[in-house]
Amino acid sequence: MSHEALSTILFLIFVAVTLAITFWASRNTRSASDFYAGGRSFSGLQNGLAIGGDYMSAASFLGIAGIIALSGYDGFLYSIGFLVAWLVALLLVAELMRNSGKYTMADVLAFRMSPRPVRTAAGVSTIVVSIFYLLAQMVGAGALVGLLLGVHSEAGKIWTIIAVGLLMIIYVVFGGMKGTTWVQIVKAVMLMVGAALVTLLVLGKFGFNLSGLLGDAAAQSGKGDAFLNAGLKYGTEAQGTWGKIDLISLGLALVLGTAGLPHVLIRFYTVPTARDARKSVMWGIGIIGVFYLLTLVLGFGAAALVGSKTIAEADKAGNTAAPLLAQKVGQDIFGDVGGTILLAVIAAVAFATILAVVAGLTLASSSSFAHDLYAHVFKRGGATERQEVVVARIAAFVIGAIAITLSIFAQSLNVAFLVSLAFAVAASGNLPAILYSLFWKRFNTAGAVSAIYGGLISAVVLVVFSPVVSGAPTAMFPDADFHLIPLSNPGIFSIPIGFLCGYLGTVLSKEYNASKYAEIEVRSLTGLGAEKATSH
Amino acid sequence: MTVQHDPSVYERIQAGEQFQELRRRYRSWAFPMTIAFLVWYLLYVVLSGFARGFMGTKLFGNINVALVFGVLQFVSTFLIAWAYSRHAEAKLDPIADELRAGAEKRDEVGEGAK
Repeated sequence: MSHEALSTILFLIFVAVTLAITFWASRNTRSASDFYAGGRSFSGLQNGLAIGGDYMSAASFLGIAGIIALSGYDGFLYSIGFLVAWLVALLLVAELMRNSGKYTMADVLAFRMSPRPVRTAAGVSTIVVSIFYLLAQMVGAGALVGLLLGVHSEAGKIWTIIAVGLLMIIYVVFGGMKGTTWVQIVKAVMLMVGAALVTLLVLGKFGFNLSGLLGDAAAQSGKGDAFLNAGLKYGTEAQGTWGKIDLISLGLALVLGTAGLPHVLIRFYTVPTARDARKSVMWGIGIIGVFYLLTLVLGFGAAALVGSKTIAEADKAGNTAAPLLAQKVGQDIFGDVGGTILLAVIAAVAFATILAVVAGLTLASSSSFAHDLYAHVFKRGGATERQEVVVARIAAFVIGAIAITLSIFAQSLNVAFLVSLAFAVAASGNLPAILYSLFWKRFNTAGAVSAIYGGLISAVVLVVFSPVVSGAPTAMFPDADFHLIPLSNPGIFSIPIGFLCGYLGTVLSKEYNASKYAEIEVRSLTGLGAEKATSH
Repeated sequence: MTVQHDPSVYERIQAGEQFQELRRRYRSWAFPMTIAFLVWYLLYVVLSGFARGFMGTKLFGNINVALVFGVLQFVSTFLIAWAYSRHAEAKLDPIADELRAGAEKRDEVGEGAK
C-alpha cells in the first residue's frame, strides 16, 4: 500500500473518531455555558492538553521544523518566543480572566466600561485576528495535502480547503466548546506521540549524541557553523540593521501576542476555577515546551539525514521536512514498509493538527460574534441564552464559509505572514486593553476603544506598506511595489502605539467608575462572584 | 449561575487589610518577575541579532552559546512557571479562599447583599 493511501485511511479514522466525539458532545451541549465554555467542567490536565492542541499549529509543527531544516537555528528563535509568551498568560492573565469573564475576551474588557463601544471593538478585533490566522492555516492545508498526498491539481487543493472548512464547521456548530476541546485533546496526544517517536528514532541513530547530530546537520546544509547560529533567515547580515530590528520586532509580537489571542483566552473559561486555569497553563507550558524541543531535533535531524537540498526541492518553505524525515528514519531502521508507515502517520498527524486549530479559531470568532456583537451590541443585552447559541451556530457556519471562500482566492498568494500579523494585532490591541482593564484603576471606555483600534489599525497599516505585501519577490503581491517601510513585522511600533493610545484615550476622558473597579479587582483576585461550573 | 453581589460588598472587601495584603503579594511577585523574564528574553533576541560572534562560540563539541542560551530560555520558563504556582498556592490561594468564603457566608445570612 502507498503512503498516500495509508495516510488517508489514518486521517479518516481521526475524522471518524472526532465526529463521534462531536455528536456525543452535541447531545450534552444545552446551555450557553456548554456551547461557549464546555460547561466549565474540564480538568486542568484536559484543558492543558487542549491549550497545546489549540496552539501547536501546522505552522509550528511543519513550519518550524522546516525553517530549522533549511535555515538552521533561526527556527528555534520562533519556538522560544512562542513558549516564553505563556508566562505572560500565566502570571498576568489566565486566572484573573477566568474569575472576571464569562464567555469571551470582551467580557473582561467591557466589565466596567460602556458595553456597546467596547464590545464592538473587541468583537471586531477578535474576528479580524481569528480570520487572519484561519486563512494562513487553511491556505497552508491546501498546499500541504498537495505535498503529502501527491495531489497537485488546482481542483484537488480547492477540494481540500473545502473539506477542511466543512469539518471545522461541523465540529463547532454541533460540538461547541465541548466537542472542539476534545478534538484538541486527541490531536495534542497524537502530535506529541508522533513527534516524540520520530525524535527518539533520530536521536537513536546518532547514539543520543546531540553534538554529532548538529555537526552532521551543519555539514549537510553546506553552510557550516553558520547553520547553528542565528542569521540565515531573519535579520541576515545582508539586510543590515533594519533586518535585525525586524527580528526584534518579530520577537516582541511573539512574546506579547499569545496572551491576547482570543482563541487562547477563551480556553481559560473551560475549567471550574482560577486554580484549574493556572494548572492548565502549567500543563500547557510543559507540553508546548517539550514539543518545541522535539521540533528542534526534528529540524536539525531532517537537515542531517534528509539533507537541506532534498527538502528544499520538495517544498521551498521546507514544510515537508518532518514528514520526509519520518520516512527516512523509518526506512533506515525498519525498511521500506517502516518508512511508508511513519510517513503516513506524520502526514495524518499534520492534518489532525490543522483541523483542530481551525476549529478553535472558528469557535472563538463565532462566540464573539454571538455574545458580543449580536447579544450586547445589536440586541443591547436583550437576547436570551438560547437565541445566543442559535446565532453562534449560524455565525460559525457563515464565518467558516467566508474563510473557505477567502482561502480559495488566496491560495496562490503567499499568506504565511498572516500568522505573525495575528500575533502583532493581539499584542498591540488586545493585550494593552486586557492589562489596563485588570490592573489600572483609571482605565475607561475611551481608553479601551482607543487601545484596541489603535493597535489593530497601526499593525495592519504598517504591514500593508511593508515588504510582505509588496515590493519583494516573496511578497503577497510580488509584482506590485507600494512598500514604504523596511520592516516586515510591525510589533516594535504598533505595540507601543497600542499602549499609548490606551493611555491617552483614558486620560483624555473624564469617565471613571471606582465601584466597578473594586468589583473587577476583588473578583479577579479572589474569585468572588466568578462564573461557576455547570453540572449535568 | 451568576451570583449577583451588592457592589458595596466589593468595595468593602477591597478596602480591607486582608485584600490589600493579597493584592500586594500578587503584584509584588508577578510584576517584577514579568519584567525580569521579558528583559531576559529580549537580551536573548538582541544578542541573536547583534552579537552573532559571541553566540556562535563553541562550548563543547558542536554545542554553541546560541543553543545553550536558547535552551536556558526553556529552563527559565519552566522554573518561573513552577515558582509562580508554588507562590500562588502558598501565599495567594489561602487568602483568596478565606475572603471568598467569608463574603459568600455573609450573603447566606443576608448581611452582605440586600
